Amino acid sequence: MLDSAKNMKTSLIRDEGIIKSASVLTDEQVRKVINDVLKNETGARLKTYVDTCVHCGLCSEACHYYLSHDKDPSYSPAGKVKQTMWEMIKRKGDVGTAAIQRMSEIASTECNLCRRCAMYCPLGVDIAYIMLVVRRICNKLGVTPTYIEDTSHSHSVTMNQMWVKDDEWIDTLQWQEEEAAEEIPNLRIPLDKEGADFMYSVIGPEPKFRAQLIYQAAVIFNAAGLNWTMPSSPGWDNSDMAMYTGDHEIMGRVKKVHFETAMRLKVKRIVMGECGHAFRSVYDMGNRWLGWKMPPLPMVHSIEFFHDLIKEGKLKLKKKFESPVTLHDPCNVVRGRGLHEMARYIVGESCEEFIEMHPNREHNYCCCAGGGVINCGPPYRNTRVDGNRIKAEQLFAAKSRGAKTIIAPCHNCHGGLEDIVEHYGLHMDIKFFGDILYDLIEKPE
Amino acid sequence: MHSIYNFVSGPMVWVAFIVFIGGCLYRLLSMGILAAKRDNVIFSYASPYYGMRSILRWLTPFATTNMRKHPGMTVVTFIFHFCLLLSPLFVYGHIALISESWNVSWWYLPDSVGDVMAFLVVGACAFFMIRRLKDPEVKYLTSASDFVILAIVAAPFLTGFWTYHQWPGYSICGILHILSGEIMLMAIPFTRLSHMIFFPFTRGYIGSEFGAVRHVQDW
Amino acid sequence: MIGKEQWDWNPGRKIITDLGKWKEEYGYMEEPAVSPDGEKVAAVIKTPEEEFGVCVNGEIWESTFDKICYLQYTPDNRLTATVSDVGEWTVAVDGETWENRYDYMWNLHISADGSRIIAAAQKEGKYLAVNNDVPWENEFMFMTDLSVSADGMHTSGVVQVVPFSEGDIHTFRKGCYTTAVDGRTWENNFMNVWEPEFSPDGKHVAAQIRKSNYEYSIAVDGQAWNNFFGCVWKPRFSPGGDSVSAPVRVGGAWMLARDGEIIWNKKFVQLWHHAYSPDMQHIAAIVAPKFGKWTVAVDGKAWKPCVDEYVTDMVFSPRHNRVACIGKDNGRYYVMTDGKKWDEDFDMAWKPAFSHDGEHLAVKVEKNRHYTYIVDGKILRESYDMLWEPVFSPDGTKLLIRGITRVSGQKEQYFREVISLNQI
Repeated sequence: MLDSAKNMKTSLIRDEGIIKSASVLTDEQVRKVINDVLKNETGARLKTYVDTCVHCGLCSEACHYYLSHDKDPSYSPAGKVKQTMWEMIKRKGDVGTAAIQRMSEIASTECNLCRRCAMYCPLGVDIAYIMLVVRRICNKLGVTPTYIEDTSHSHSVTMNQMWVKDDEWIDTLQWQEEEAAEEIPNLRIPLDKEGADFMYSVIGPEPKFRAQLIYQAAVIFNAAGLNWTMPSSPGWDNSDMAMYTGDHEIMGRVKKVHFETAMRLKVKRIVMGECGHAFRSVYDMGNRWLGWKMPPLPMVHSIEFFHDLIKEGKLKLKKKFESPVTLHDPCNVVRGRGLHEMARYIVGESCEEFIEMHPNREHNYCCCAGGGVINCGPPYRNTRVDGNRIKAEQLFAAKSRGAKTIIAPCHNCHGGLEDIVEHYGLHMDIKFFGDILYDLIEKPE
Repeated sequence: MHSIYNFVSGPMVWVAFIVFIGGCLYRLLSMGILAAKRDNVIFSYASPYYGMRSILRWLTPFATTNMRKHPGMTVVTFIFHFCLLLSPLFVYGHIALISESWNVSWWYLPDSVGDVMAFLVVGACAFFMIRRLKDPEVKYLTSASDFVILAIVAAPFLTGFWTYHQWPGYSICGILHILSGEIMLMAIPFTRLSHMIFFPFTRGYIGSEFGAVRHVQDW
Repeated sequence: MIGKEQWDWNPGRKIITDLGKWKEEYGYMEEPAVSPDGEKVAAVIKTPEEEFGVCVNGEIWESTFDKICYLQYTPDNRLTATVSDVGEWTVAVDGETWENRYDYMWNLHISADGSRIIAAAQKEGKYLAVNNDVPWENEFMFMTDLSVSADGMHTSGVVQVVPFSEGDIHTFRKGCYTTAVDGRTWENNFMNVWEPEFSPDGKHVAAQIRKSNYEYSIAVDGQAWNNFFGCVWKPRFSPGGDSVSAPVRVGGAWMLARDGEIIWNKKFVQLWHHAYSPDMQHIAAIVAPKFGKWTVAVDGKAWKPCVDEYVTDMVFSPRHNRVACIGKDNGRYYVMTDGKKWDEDFDMAWKPAFSHDGEHLAVKVEKNRHYTYIVDGKILRESYDMLWEPVFSPDGTKLLIRGITRVSGQKEQYFREVISLNQI
């Protein structure tokens, strides 16, 4: 075993896939891939970040893992870089097959790439970027946690996250259309409507597990009298776990299909469901890998879309949501796009009582599901839940001031918060804006 | 002794400044070329407005959340950097030497102020050292090189302070003062002290990304 | 398009039907489809029995269905759709359904001459393609990326041939996918296969493949190129069918390769959707010469004008090797052709259409929710509430307009109109 493996916090690797993949690796392969990525795929950014970090530790308190683990320094952002990238650089790639497994776990399951630490580092080091480089190295070696790697495989085959087959997708839309038409006669989910004002894209779990969200969106768009469409072909899914495994090539392929579907349908913009990571992928990372400085078509997140619909008077609310709510600001649309005030506008218009959680807005704590961590599956459920005690405390404080419902306009946040609410016995409801608005809007007869 | 003094205060000064300035230019230039080659995209996102917004914000004491969270560290850091950057430029001793050599001079600090500033730098270094030894999150990140860097920074001020007060062995200390100052200058481009030259770029870039692309503040 | 010479090319407008009346009568009407010759318009409507029907020029198909999808005209002016009845799907052509029924049918393809209609189908969890009601002999556990040869005689799709349970990343890595051509699979399996593409004669198929996590290449009839790349995009056969070219990623930049060897010795930030000129002498592609700058490159040489957002719908003219595309810059759409960007900007622009002789270029465009054509840089005086894409007469002197105008109140007149190009 190489030195760096001994220095690692002794921990049993929880993921069978990582262990099995590493069992066929050699130390030489590890060295070669690390050096190849460092030499050929990274440059001034990584070098400057590593050279500039003065080891001051001021990023520590940004991290919910660090705070939740009684300030264990190995969970601090720079602490995680020390255990991964610094080792790789210091040892010129010679970290060995044992250490690379643990490095994969650190980068993939003990960091949500939430970028909160970027707001705490005095020098502006983007640690999420460094962690992504580590993930990419691990992915090139095949030592990525099984569940998220499988999801990335799904993206590569079906262009969606959940192995949803081409016919299952259309069938689901038609089924939701049928259901919704029982509530609102002649309601449509228009497929492939060329020249519509916008294409609505969702993430794989919606048709697979949460089809009612598509139903609700259809009812809301119908009530607002909008000219919209959904594609019947692959390209409907805006999500992207390949982005989080570091597999940029599959990320790019999936984004290409998504954007080109919208171009083919001649829509003017793409409106997307309440998902955070997908927004990062279409607005920030996937487009860049393909050479688009900004998304080629405007990407409108549901928060912005609902905000505009209410503000323009297109959505009229019959009443307000009565139970007191608090709002969870998802990293990828708040630190990633600054939608926090728009979210508060929707809350103000649609809810009787709003109780802020603290910290909030850009400073909100991550749900601990994001960055692909929840997608690493059951082996890492406790990593997430124990790693976010601070979130439970934050929610509990809001609850003790009266909040009963958490609004979380992001799928991963939902998943993460559900586990936290359950594990810590918080007994709070979690809702999307879509859930709330669907119940409150005036619907056509 | 005299010839050592002549060497460190003569040719060595030139060497130090050439290495410092040349080194900084080299680091900036090579990093720029590397960026153009491999991280071309970062130039597209550089926003002068948001970059400056971030830089100025982070150069203002207590203007960011994290600074308010660590008031002690904030106070020490600002005093440290302030004294570290200004006192070498404005202490009487330095200006007198320059005036002697080139007949140029400028405003200088009263001796007592320069003295206090040097003391503060050394004190701050002691504070940083204690932090490195005591605070678990800093200790975890600390390696031997961090102490060496602290020593490199503290040495010219400690020796300067010593020499000024003419404490025992001050004449050797004077030579050490010049030498350690030269070492520090030469170390800047090639150690983590290079954050001095890279700060505007890392800060400006993250400020541009947060401000111009993501429409949020980065503090 | 077939029999274009026989279409009515006499200048003048013919009002075909009032779609407003359909809406009034049925209370439900989906987006209309129009025949290539413009003589017919059709839409899915709901009958009083709450079933779906198809209305063509005011007449309703005899059969009604539970669901109707992909309603469209073939190039030879027949109307087709996938339809479902009591949970079974099939294809209907001018109201007549195919014999075979499936649990699901979708993704209609039509051959260039209109003679063959192909759809993807699924029965009891098994996937296949169906060509003019003739199903593949073999079925697969999964199929996607259905493609059809130019003459419509051959079909291919990406199929899964090795089963694995969800989460079994190790079996997946060994390669579980291949291409099926007319239902018969290639000899080799790959980790991924994407977008099979037929040679012009329909005898060969090329596709993008991924051999391992980071080894991409092109496979022709199941045999991968000798060289592997960081990534690849969709391959194309040369018009003669003797070689295959594809964009490939080398050292983080995109280049064009033929049969595994780089042919455009120029690096691009992006390069895709390349196409051969009809005379086989030139290759054009959509490229990004710099990050965030998009244009077209012909034979590796990028046009000067670039747009910031995207370039799409690149086409070669049938003659004279002209190239046109649509570019989006600062939220506005432009027509770009022959290395120049036309001045007029639009809210949206459709795929450019050249006349057969390559002399003229017409594009459907949208401004302020009204549609019109821009022809050779000049905008038609009139604009419409709806418009289909322009069609040139075979001699290139006239243009067929198919559109809808709203006149007083509920009236929504669908019309076809032939205008002379010198009228514009």
